[in-house]
Amino acid sequence: MALSGIQIFKLTPRTNCKECGFPTCMAFSMKVAAGAITIDKCPHISDEATQQLAEATAPPMKTIVIGKDAAERKIGGETVLFRHEKTLVSKTLFAVQFSDTMTDEVIESKMANIIKVDYDRIQEQMSVESIVVKYDGNKDKYLVLIEKLKSLGKIFILACTDVNIAKEAIALVKDTKPILVGANKDNIDDMIALAKENNVVLGLNGDTVEDIYALVETAEKAGHKELILNPGTTEMAKTFENTIEIRRTAIVGGDRTFGYPSIVFANELSNGNQFVETALASTYILKYGSIVVLDDINYPKALALFGLRQNIFTDPQKPMRVEPKVYEFNKPKEDSPVLITVDFALTYFVVSGEIERSKAPAWLLIPDAGGLSVLTSWAAGKFGGTVIKNMIKECGIEEKLTKKRLVLPGKVAVLKGDLEEELPGWEIIVGPEEAMQLPKFLNELV
Amino acid sequence: MCIERYTKKTTTDLKEVQTLAYKKVAKKYSGKIKEVTIGTGDKAITLGGRNVLPLHAFDGEVGQSPKVGLEIVDEVPSDWIDAFANLYGDVQKDAATWAKYVEETYAPDFICLRFEGADPNGSNRSVEECVETAKKVSESVSLPLVIAGSKNVEKDSEIFKAIAEALEGKNILLLSAQEENYKTVGAAGALAYKQKVAAESSVDINLAKQLNILMTQLGVQKEDVVMHVGCAAAGYGYEYVSSTMDRITLAALGQNDETLQMPIITPISFETWSVKESIATEEDEPNWGSIEERGIHMEVSTAAASIASGSDAVIVRHPKSLEAIKYYLNSIIG
Repeated sequence: MALSGIQIFKLTPRTNCKECGFPTCMAFSMKVAAGAITIDKCPHISDEATQQLAEATAPPMKTIVIGKDAAERKIGGETVLFRHEKTLVSKTLFAVQFSDTMTDEVIESKMANIIKVDYDRIQEQMSVESIVVKYDGNKDKYLVLIEKLKSLGKIFILACTDVNIAKEAIALVKDTKPILVGANKDNIDDMIALAKENNVVLGLNGDTVEDIYALVETAEKAGHKELILNPGTTEMAKTFENTIEIRRTAIVGGDRTFGYPSIVFANELSNGNQFVETALASTYILKYGSIVVLDDINYPKALALFGLRQNIFTDPQKPMRVEPKVYEFNKPKEDSPVLITVDFALTYFVVSGEIERSKAPAWLLIPDAGGLSVLTSWAAGKFGGTVIKNMIKECGIEEKLTKKRLVLPGKVAVLKGDLEEELPGWEIIVGPEEAMQLPKFLNELV
Repeated sequence: MCIERYTKKTTTDLKEVQTLAYKKVAKKYSGKIKEVTIGTGDKAITLGGRNVLPLHAFDGEVGQSPKVGLEIVDEVPSDWIDAFANLYGDVQKDAATWAKYVEETYAPDFICLRFEGADPNGSNRSVEECVETAKKVSESVSLPLVIAGSKNVEKDSEIFKAIAEALEGKNILLLSAQEENYKTVGAAGALAYKQKVAAESSVDINLAKQLNILMTQLGVQKEDVVMHVGCAAAGYGYEYVSSTMDRITLAALGQNDETLQMPIITPISFETWSVKESIATEEDEPNWGSIEERGIHMEVSTAAASIASGSDAVIVRHPKSLEAIKYYLNSIIG
């Protein structure tokens, strides 16, 4: 898809005017091809050439920005079907659905839940990013509800297929870069006009991929390219098929008509069963749901879904790391043992899980060890005697202890001698090689 | 893979080009996941058989729908949350009664009997005792049995060997043979007593492939092997599991790699019920709500993600997880 230097060269004026800072147009073109600079650095480039280049280098899927200020998020922009091929770039966003037929009590409760489920997990803030407000027939209540939900500061997704109602609803939130999931084959022209006029992202509803494809073509022809696709809300199998087909057509087929993000209403597909909803939401985290709509949010649901999402959207080329600090398990006291391991997230998870399971009080020190596994960090010189000593001296753990016992990972038993010299007053204990043996080890130690 | 795309017409009738209908990007694979049958009689189940990506029924032969089993233990489990004691009560005291109860009440596709009591660091039940339990369980149910060990490689080899012999003809699945003990488990399980064996590797396509090859070199037929390619709970490095399974699936189907075409079984519950989200008490985490619901969500989320990545069978602990995953599977692939 990318153009070669020669192809770009043909688009330049070929005058070697040097105004771009390069000696020749050819040199400039090679830099553009390598992605080092952009074509607009050439003051004489024609609009036509710029556009040609933009089209040739555009990713197969559009990135759509939704929400304003703190709520602003990007969706779409994916270039692969599987994360190991490169990485998935825009994490799945979650939404909770409201409607004008809900009682005040239900509305209040959902609002409270959205505020309550907001926590930090490995340096990522976990909360629901958006809210769906569905129009179910009571216009006055619908508009009041939208006003009321503004206080949450989330991305608005208005689900409304009635153009007149949608017009009034959009007027309330148009400055927040909302989504209007409202177009279908009966109202498409009016909806496009409304979306264009208010500069909002338009959601297209269709039961078949052919229908959705036709709607995208209509919208693009009318000049509106801020779109999100709803692959269906009634049948689980058909919706899954449509979601896969759409993404595959864009990424593998290179057909940009389907190069838009998706919104999946897991709540409506799951027949009122919250566990089925979780199964579906998990599937769409992996398989191409840009926004997944839930009935409600609570910790039991969030802990699983946000954890899964955090995993899937890590870059396979960069290992996930945990913050270097002192972690506490099972209410450690001044005589509890101090364990130490590396900051590679997978190591941390396994070790912390086993300490939890042991129910033994313990401290766990995580130094900055480069985000690598124990042996790799040690071999790279990032998890040696000095690093460990500095961590212990700087984190202030010594002041909390009356009994100083340091448990080393069994794989770096070789550090024992060094540390005994570096850390006078500490008993250096070699722990097990595998985290699995920690519960037994800790319970015998205590 | 073949991409069917329309060729753009050279006609000047732009309108015709623009309204050309959507063309499907069909994906056809040359490889196919092998079928492996566990159990006997009416209740026997078959895993695998698909030549499409997981759940992609619309692409070709989706094969057998993924199977869901419930986990039980050979002794009253010491580290399960109280909800299970409330659910099962005294039934848990005898594995055979427990198995029968599970079969009659929840009707899973199979039962996973886990010999936690065999652990030398735990109850250290003898091989004879374990065999006795396995026999009783097998007599009390007609569902296929998956036998899991205590995570002690040496002891597991012994009990697998003895149980394979005692249950000859029952076509059970031994979960699992690892690099350290595949010779014992493979030879006794598959070669001598014609049982099925799960080859366990830890979240790495090359390790999975290597163990499959070693098993084949031992003389074990590919049709007698399923893979356990590793598991992690959602949020706990699950991306490695998902990507390993994606790569295995693509190699098995796309490159027709016969050494990776065994179906995959994933014991979800072994991982998800020991993470903080599933075991922290409601006193310790007052914001987090019901401990039981937390555990089910963790298990269902991980199970669905695994099925979407390529598991042909999953093992869960809570009957509600079983129910939700069965409903999900029936709705999404029928």
